[in-house]
Amino acid sequence: MKAFLILEDGHIFTGTAIGSQREVISEIVFNTSMTGYLEVLTDPSYAGQAVVMTYPLIGNYGVCHHDMESVQAWPDGLIVRELSRQESNFRSTQGLNDFLKQNGITGIAGVDTRALTKLLRESGTMNGIITTKESYCLNEILEKLKKYRVTGVVQKVTTKQKRTINHRAFVPTDFEQAKMTYMASPQLQEAIQQAKDAGVCSGEIAMYSMQGIEGIEKLKLHSNDKNTAKRHYTIALMDFGTKKNIEHCLLKRGCEVTVYPADTKAEEILKTSPDGIMLSNGPGDPAECIEIIAELQKLYQSKVPIFAICLGHQLMALANGFQTEKMKYGHRGSNHPVKDLSTGKVYLSSQNHGYVVVEDSIDKEIASVWFINANDKTIEGLKYKKYPVMTVQFHPEACAGPKDSEFLFDEFMALIAFSKSGK
Amino acid sequence: MPRNDRIKKVLVIGSGPIIIGQAAEFDYAGTQACRSLKEEGLTVVLVNSNPATIMTDKDIADIVYIEPLTVQVLKKIILKEKPDSILPTLGGQAALNLAMELEESGFLKETNTNLIGTTSLTIKKAEDRLEFKNTMEKIGEPCAPSKIVTTVEDAISFAEVIGYPVVVRPAYTLGGSGGGIAHFKEELLDICSNGLRLSRVGQCLIERCIAGWKEIEYEVMRDGAGNCITVCNMENLDPVGVHTGDSIVVAPSQTLSDKEYQMLRTSAFRIISELNIIGGCNVQYALKPDSFEYCVIEVNPRVSRSSALASKATGYPIAKVAAKIALGYTLDEIKNAITKKTVADFEPALDYCVVKIPKWPFDKFIMAKRTLTTQMKATGEVMSICNNFEGALMKAIRSLEQNIYSMQYGNYTENTEEEILKKLARIDDRRIFVIAEAIRRNIEKSKIADITKIDLWFIDKIAILVEMEQRLKKEPLSKELMLEAKRLEYPDRIIAQLSGKSLNEVKRLRKEIYQIYPAFQIVDTCAAEFEAETPYYYSCYGSQTEVSVQRTKKKVLVLGSGPIRIGQGIEFDYCSVHAAWSLHQSGYETIIINNNPETVSTDFDIADKLYFEPLTPEDVENIVDLEHPDGAVVQFGGQTAIKLTESLLKMGVPILGTSAENVDAAEDRELFDEILEQCCIPRPIGKTVFTTKQAIAAANELGYPVLIRPSYVLGGAGMQIAISDQDVTEFMEIINRNVQEHPILVDKYLMGKEVEVDAVCDGEEILIPGIMEHIERAGIHSGDSISVYPSQTISEKLQKVIVDYTKKLARSLQVIGLINIQFIVFHDEVYVIEVNPRSSRTVPYISKVTGIPIVDLASKVILGKKLKDLGYGTGLAKNSEYIAVKMPVFSFEKLRGADIGLGPEMKSTGECLGIAKTFNEALYKAFLGAGIHLPKHKKMILTVKDADKLEAVGVGKRFEALGYEIYATRSTAKILQQNGIDAIPVKKIDGESPTIMDLLLGHEIDLVINTPTQGRDKSRDGFLIRRISIETGVPCLTSLDTANALLTSLESNMKKDLSLIDIATIKR
Repeated sequence: MKAFLILEDGHIFTGTAIGSQREVISEIVFNTSMTGYLEVLTDPSYAGQAVVMTYPLIGNYGVCHHDMESVQAWPDGLIVRELSRQESNFRSTQGLNDFLKQNGITGIAGVDTRALTKLLRESGTMNGIITTKESYCLNEILEKLKKYRVTGVVQKVTTKQKRTINHRAFVPTDFEQAKMTYMASPQLQEAIQQAKDAGVCSGEIAMYSMQGIEGIEKLKLHSNDKNTAKRHYTIALMDFGTKKNIEHCLLKRGCEVTVYPADTKAEEILKTSPDGIMLSNGPGDPAECIEIIAELQKLYQSKVPIFAICLGHQLMALANGFQTEKMKYGHRGSNHPVKDLSTGKVYLSSQNHGYVVVEDSIDKEIASVWFINANDKTIEGLKYKKYPVMTVQFHPEACAGPKDSEFLFDEFMALIAFSKSGK
Repeated sequence: MPRNDRIKKVLVIGSGPIIIGQAAEFDYAGTQACRSLKEEGLTVVLVNSNPATIMTDKDIADIVYIEPLTVQVLKKIILKEKPDSILPTLGGQAALNLAMELEESGFLKETNTNLIGTTSLTIKKAEDRLEFKNTMEKIGEPCAPSKIVTTVEDAISFAEVIGYPVVVRPAYTLGGSGGGIAHFKEELLDICSNGLRLSRVGQCLIERCIAGWKEIEYEVMRDGAGNCITVCNMENLDPVGVHTGDSIVVAPSQTLSDKEYQMLRTSAFRIISELNIIGGCNVQYALKPDSFEYCVIEVNPRVSRSSALASKATGYPIAKVAAKIALGYTLDEIKNAITKKTVADFEPALDYCVVKIPKWPFDKFIMAKRTLTTQMKATGEVMSICNNFEGALMKAIRSLEQNIYSMQYGNYTENTEEEILKKLARIDDRRIFVIAEAIRRNIEKSKIADITKIDLWFIDKIAILVEMEQRLKKEPLSKELMLEAKRLEYPDRIIAQLSGKSLNEVKRLRKEIYQIYPAFQIVDTCAAEFEAETPYYYSCYGSQTEVSVQRTKKKVLVLGSGPIRIGQGIEFDYCSVHAAWSLHQSGYETIIINNNPETVSTDFDIADKLYFEPLTPEDVENIVDLEHPDGAVVQFGGQTAIKLTESLLKMGVPILGTSAENVDAAEDRELFDEILEQCCIPRPIGKTVFTTKQAIAAANELGYPVLIRPSYVLGGAGMQIAISDQDVTEFMEIINRNVQEHPILVDKYLMGKEVEVDAVCDGEEILIPGIMEHIERAGIHSGDSISVYPSQTISEKLQKVIVDYTKKLARSLQVIGLINIQFIVFHDEVYVIEVNPRSSRTVPYISKVTGIPIVDLASKVILGKKLKDLGYGTGLAKNSEYIAVKMPVFSFEKLRGADIGLGPEMKSTGECLGIAKTFNEALYKAFLGAGIHLPKHKKMILTVKDADKLEAVGVGKRFEALGYEIYATRSTAKILQQNGIDAIPVKKIDGESPTIMDLLLGHEIDLVINTPTQGRDKSRDGFLIRRISIETGVPCLTSLDTANALLTSLESNMKKDLSLIDIATIKR
């Protein structure tokens, strides 16, 4: 069946309907990752948006359910050049088209995604409609598109109930499990047993089990260090649209994670005396989240160490009186270089944001710039001076994308340890 | 980190002659790196023995040595030039090995010279099997269970532990030389003993066979600050077991989920960080198709063939960035040359798909085994870009110039389904077409994937292409069908063939009625996220053209020469690039079309615009439709470009330079004979024929021996010397295997001295930079002969005749630009044997040794300038003060079963140069550069055909005088003994031990001289002797002329003090 994508500036793309055939109006954004379409589809930050994949061949490896970043797909639509008719991967349980249908995601294939991307690049992010109706009134549609605003998306994606995951509940991902299995050696088995006996959490055991002789050494060191072996921080994770891998990265480091709905009051969190607070990524305009921002002020003033990602980073900036602004077309992809200004090192990062902290609005007394984007020099991370707060605009939890900055979770652990030792 | 300003003078080591496994990609890398270094104001000293390269131009480096790549020579250069640094990672394995030897000998320390970029420690960690394995174990990166062995016995006992099959990988060899998969003990014995011999350090790795796993490669870069990026990853269509150089490769990977992609990417970063690589690096993985299990296969701590491919596939200039990193820059300090807005510290995002297909020399070596293994056999490759995989595959297939334009190839009508299944299991160059046939027969896709171990996704893509065949056959050619067929890159000619229409009908329908045209898009490294203005384009259907077509300047198309193959090598890329530079300098907009990812011409900053496209009439016409060039030059791109002449004229594009009619006249026997007659120039008498019967009649009339060959061919393809009717029948049958559009030529064969000239002609005057003389008598292809400039034995009188004939021919063919003429001097008479009104293989080297920029002059002449105004004079140029010897280099050890006997058909893959003030020294250097270091054990084998027996006496005497022990087969030994040479008779191969074979396997033989009898009979003893000598690493000469030259070089005893000549100082 034919389908149409109409942009608010009147451009029309014709293609084939895929997924659900429900008509949707949405904000059209593009993502340049060459792999990871399922992670993108299940990333709650895309709520209220329809995603154009710039890589032309999508669906090649089908759907590996294990890779979902949340329990469902969130974008309003998926726009691709070519949807593979044959999926092929040993883990794939269904084709992408079936998945889209099952999740009610409207899609369109056969679109000249490069031309579309260039339009979005030049005119900035635009609203659009995906429809299969051949007889439409363009003016009516354009008017509707111009009026459309993405609102209230955080409420839509956040967890409805708080839940706690014990560090013992850590389950390695399928590929972690695989690597642990085939890397197994008698020396490793011995080190693992020793670590287990010393009470080292299973996440850390898994992490080090994959690192060869070096990992075995670290595991031994860890087992012998009474303090770190028994260390299990409690982390309050504010869910503004969190991705599964944030939770996983914390569990892997032996944390007990409690996930809170976005509208949870600061008092409720603080009364549990968490060791650290994690602010997640999420969709929409940060400036809209006025109530959340007010709660964040209380959270950071409590001096509980905080690590914030993406929307969390923007909200923390707003809570400190800085400003955010909408970018022309944002950063969405797996190849964004971010530079750590304190070390000069550059990491490739996974990104997905349409808003950014305004550089000039940052009060240098309150926070210093930690990371910048090596390409456009925009703010990619802040370190706060008076409170143990570290925030990044990009996604250290990756999925999809490079894991180069996953070590930031270790820095968060170190921040907590430092803060505790100071008490 | 800013640049390390202690670095002021850098020595760059090139990769030497082109051989299988080490080809043009290193000229591309080296050239890019040298330019990048010069950009920084550094003095660049370059050494490479390969004169056909662009990197050895004085425009590229400041000081250029075309000298043999040996440790001694390098030491001399270092002592003379005193560079503070050496960049060893751009000249392939050859350069890396040399740098390691220099380092290990302590010489670099003594001379206070540093290896920049990756250090020797890193190189050793990555290249030494044991160190590498230990390092991987340390950081937990899995390798296949393996063991390093130095004896065959160790190999066998280890194989018994891990079980067969096992893979054998010799350490420090090129393109996996001598490696292979052994399925049982005897096979292991065979492969391993060969591998141990080929390894520089006498080591082989025996490892668990992971054949059938997915082969994935990552091209990564790391700077001195530890920042890492992946330029791209690539997936081999053919699973592990086929050398990646012989695999069809797609970029980026297609069947990997983000989890697998990132798992391997993370692993690659861990590895290069642990190895402390500074620069570019290639990491190869085997990924088990049904789990997350993977193994690191290999790490190349240098730029490689894969990095050239990755550079062209993404637009990311790896060699350039690697050079900057070596100087101390960090990735974020280097600009992204494509967008000019972003930095080099990012990972390219592709919004298209790239397919590479190797180009194999099996058309040249019809006896060679076509099986693909871990030993690379391809001489070159093509790459294509499209926004879908099917289209990219179709474009790549037609770029190979094999007259194949779709998935239809081969005749399977006789085959049963069972036979097809059997063929599927056989891994050779034609397997992809067997897969298509299997799909046509409705063999289940999963079954095909099971047998071939090629991922189902790819099989399905081939199925989509096959389904289109059926649709085009059955359905009316609607606009929708046409659009889909074009999206899949079905060329018009195949659409016409399948739909039963004429080509013109299809073209008219597509262009005029349906208005379907391809779109040309930019390779921008960023999937359109940022604006890019780089003029690097590819075509696809169903998109918008992004090219801005200028009308301010006149524009010229420069047609490239396609994939590197025997007979059409890197020399033509040299010519194309220089033509583009020269035309640009003359104020023209230059547009290069080419499809070879290994070359300099496909670097995006060589011409004003680069179209990475197949070189077929339809693809070229699409560009012509868009650009409307004012003309095209075809004389620099070898036969690939020449073949397009007629089509270009039909498109209304004027051919600049020599007209098409005159190009034809040189190839058309009758027209050419007429011209020769008018000019009173003799040629060996000959006839044109079509059938075998006519050929036999002609041969008998002319009298044997005769030379048989098809017209319009490369490097003497299919050319043979026949001495009997039987030979004629055999050769005609081989030639007629491919449909011949043009008649076949039968000529009287004169066994004289072969002489060659390249000349520039402006229509009136000519300029001959020099006369070259071949060491081998006529009958051996000029590309396989040792060529000497200036000629040493041609009298002044005959030289005058040669100049006169050249002038006459150039004028009567109205040559504007380049002409190459081959003569035979026979009984003090000059005959013309071949005229090519175009650039030739000898152009680069003769330009360099004479200091006359031939291509530049030819380009200017093409634009209407006159030679007399160009400052290099006319007529025969005065001899250079140097003598240059061009030596052919072969890759026979890579091609099992190929006959190494030289003849009229070209077999060499590359060349090296010896240049010196005396002939003897130049000759010595040339042999040295080609890897012939004698004497060692002073034992040799001499066995010749009957006709050569008397001449062999002279050769034997000279070797004996040098102290050689000469072994010879019975009849040769007898003649030698009768003439007072103390030859030791030895039994033929099928005799009782000890035979020639035992002698060769004893590793004490320096040299084999065996002159082949005519014909291609593979079972002959001589063939086996030649093969075994090659496979045991013993140099084998098949012409007594070559042997005499080698003797001259040995007798002159040049070994000690070789002179060094800076090519950049040669001036007119």
